[in-house]
Amino acid sequence: MTRQVMDPGDVDRALTRMAHEILERNRGAADLLLVGIHTRGVPLAERLATTIERIEGKWIPWGSLDIGLYRDDLDARPKTELGKTEVPEPVDGATVVLVDDVLYTGRTIRAALDALADLGRPERVQLAVLVDRGHRELPIRPDYVGKNLPTAHHERVTVHVAEIDGADGVAIEPGGTP
Amino acid sequence: MSDLVLTGGSVLTEDGVVESDVLISDGTIVEIGINLAADTIIECDGAWVGPGFVDLHTHLREPGEEWKEDISSGSAAAAAGGYTAIVAMPNTDPAVDAGHLAMFIVDRGRSTGLVDVRPAGAVSMGRHGEQLAHLDELWEAGVRVFTDDGDAVADAGLMRQAMDYLATRGGVIAQHAVDPGLAAAGQIHEGAVSSLLGMSAIPAEAEEIIIARDLRLAELTGARYHVQHLSTAGGVEMIAAAKTRGLEVTAEVTPHHLAFDDSMVATTDPAYKVMPPLRSIEHMDALRAGLRDGTIDAVATDHAPHAAHDKDVPFEHAANGITGLEWAAAVVNTVAPLDPVSFYTRMAVAPAAIAGTPDHGRWVAVGNPAHLAVFDPAHEWVPERTVSRSSNTPYFGMALQGRVVATVYRGAITARDGSPAAVALTS
Amino acid sequence: MNHFLSTEDTTREELTELLDDADSFVEVLDRPIPKVPALRGKTVATMFFEPSTRTKLSFEKAAKALSADIMSFSPSTSSLSKGESLKDTVLTVQAMGTDAMVVRHKATGAPWRVAEWVDQPVLNAGDGAHQHPTQALLDALTIRQRFGTLDGLRIGIVGDIRHSRVARSDVFAFNTLGAEVTMVAPKTLLPTQTDGWPAKASEDLDEVLTELDVVYLLRVQAERGGASVFPSLSEYTTRYGMTVQRFSRLKPDTVVLHPGPMNRGVEIAAEVADDDRSLILEQVANGVAVRMAVLFRLLGGEHDE
Repeated sequence: MTRQVMDPGDVDRALTRMAHEILERNRGAADLLLVGIHTRGVPLAERLATTIERIEGKWIPWGSLDIGLYRDDLDARPKTELGKTEVPEPVDGATVVLVDDVLYTGRTIRAALDALADLGRPERVQLAVLVDRGHRELPIRPDYVGKNLPTAHHERVTVHVAEIDGADGVAIEPGGTP
Repeated sequence: MSDLVLTGGSVLTEDGVVESDVLISDGTIVEIGINLAADTIIECDGAWVGPGFVDLHTHLREPGEEWKEDISSGSAAAAAGGYTAIVAMPNTDPAVDAGHLAMFIVDRGRSTGLVDVRPAGAVSMGRHGEQLAHLDELWEAGVRVFTDDGDAVADAGLMRQAMDYLATRGGVIAQHAVDPGLAAAGQIHEGAVSSLLGMSAIPAEAEEIIIARDLRLAELTGARYHVQHLSTAGGVEMIAAAKTRGLEVTAEVTPHHLAFDDSMVATTDPAYKVMPPLRSIEHMDALRAGLRDGTIDAVATDHAPHAAHDKDVPFEHAANGITGLEWAAAVVNTVAPLDPVSFYTRMAVAPAAIAGTPDHGRWVAVGNPAHLAVFDPAHEWVPERTVSRSSNTPYFGMALQGRVVATVYRGAITARDGSPAAVALTS
Repeated sequence: MNHFLSTEDTTREELTELLDDADSFVEVLDRPIPKVPALRGKTVATMFFEPSTRTKLSFEKAAKALSADIMSFSPSTSSLSKGESLKDTVLTVQAMGTDAMVVRHKATGAPWRVAEWVDQPVLNAGDGAHQHPTQALLDALTIRQRFGTLDGLRIGIVGDIRHSRVARSDVFAFNTLGAEVTMVAPKTLLPTQTDGWPAKASEDLDEVLTELDVVYLLRVQAERGGASVFPSLSEYTTRYGMTVQRFSRLKPDTVVLHPGPMNRGVEIAAEVADDDRSLILEQVANGVAVRMAVLFRLLGGEHDE
């Protein structure tokens, strides 16, 4: 049975709080560069950038990163389309905030760090995720979390974003047998 | 030799097809009638009992390439396919251009004892197309068919000489009708398939030009002329016209030219690489029609064994040829079915006349030598193995209709149900 | 997709996916570090039984940009001169531990044979005058970058189509992607038959010139001049060359492509070759990206069984 854990209002409030946290931690928006990880990290990065812009009154650069070519499990996964990597400003010297929908094993973020390194040398890299569901397999931790969501391994967390799925929301599905 | 009776078959006699038993004793047909009995009985219900097949075009590879085939293995394959006589092509190493080579082949065939092996002789020394072979010697050794098969006799002057020389003897000049200049480095039929493959190709005209030329020379010299492995609609037309005008002209077609068109080479599978090449469907249809109406006198296998490594290469590097003795009759019956009289005419009677083997190709009659092929036209089967030394054949896995139930050579069973019989033969 | 051998049987969907991936690789190649780890640990063998410089370099650059290792084979270093068969050669190389083979061979269909013998993906890098499918991909990508789509474009392929594997691959790929293709050449260089070719044929370049959105010039093989397929190089240039005068008659946004290497002054005037509307260097750059796309699709993930 699917269990709804965040509704559109929850998502919106979480993103707004994360935007404030990003500004607070970095003492403003100077040198900030938000980079969303394909697929659902990209609209989330855009929304964080828009929110920060509203708060600060200043345009924040944001872009997208496809990590399909950096995965360590290519052989095990069905082939997916490659997404676009588009980062509007040089990453050299920037404070890059990687944005993704769900943090799970950490392997996606490891791949994203590799991909980012090929684009340049950021001053620092931070991580913002809408949901942290635990079960890390690598020493990676997020800097900004929308919601911590304890889950079992066999459960599936699905994040919907309005830009792709029509409406925002986070749900847990039972998934396969444990 | 103990008696043998073939029971319950449809027997092809001079007076037509009769339901009857056939009794064989001492290598001879001794009685045709009902309720005949003997020590050995072959039940032939539903099958045709007719003269043993005669192949005008077999490559036995001996002497010179015995790893591909030899006279013994080739004879076994022939017997399995219903043949009681085969004509061995002279493109061996050395080429059969002299009497002693022809005698060697006759002797080897006789000692194997499964079919009559009749050597064809080369037209030119070494098959080089320059100077006439020892035609008299070959004739004395029993050769009745002369050909440089594998290559055309390209030089019209040489062809005329050979025809002139053999015309009075009555020998048959058989031509591998492919103009070498027009064929050049061609690999497949020139048409839609070759155009898309971008492969060097051989137009139908390469065959038609040689046939047209040779027909004029046959008319000039009065020689008996035979076209080998006819592959083109234009060739069929010219043969028909020449026959109408009374020339002593004959033609053969292979099972593969009846069965396949050039769409089979679109994937560049070397199994389908033959010379002349598989032609387009219009040509294939004309060949089937020509076989049906008798313009084409005979089916000839062009059984051409090659080692696996000669075919397991890119198409352009592969050897030409398909093996076919064991299933030629079945292929013909599957793709171009004929009534029993026409079937045995094309498979036995006409080729025996061309080959000059009077003991063979005779309608079943008391007193005739017992060279017989029993063929069940309804039996369905799929070839999966071969007794030939080579297996370069596209027929494995292909559903065929019609099977040789038994082959009888000199009164002895040489094959049963498509396999050579393990019988010791005495002659 | 288990192998990439021909454009004749590829679907519009397959071609579009490869071109979309290639777009991503164009971006990768534009990065400060133009290399991704996607095929780390994989080994690609380039087996060029026919001499080639640019295609081999392009494939090797593509493999390296995906972090694959390269094993390079060429006839001069081969044992073919010792009589080893093609089959034994590829099986030997496979036994050394390769994950994919890029094969060029002058015999039509050779890559298909190799694909039967080995148990890994085979990429056709050109067989005889038959197919050269990655060339068609890079040509399509170059055209798509300029026009956004091939749908409805009129593309003229000019020159020795009969002996060209580039033309055979392009005609099918362009047509599958929605373009209308016209083959333009003297009769002796047009296909012997055009049945089955999804293209029109013309012997008169000037007649079709002004309709075209893309003019694809094939290389004149000067050595063929002696084989009497056309009277002389100058006569060819007069009737089929992209001269400055012809170039000026093209529609203003029409572009010129050429697979290289060019014969300046024969099939293409030097001024045309150097014009902004000639996309020849873009084609070369795109060659690496499309070969990355094909290698990634064949090696980077699960294979269809």
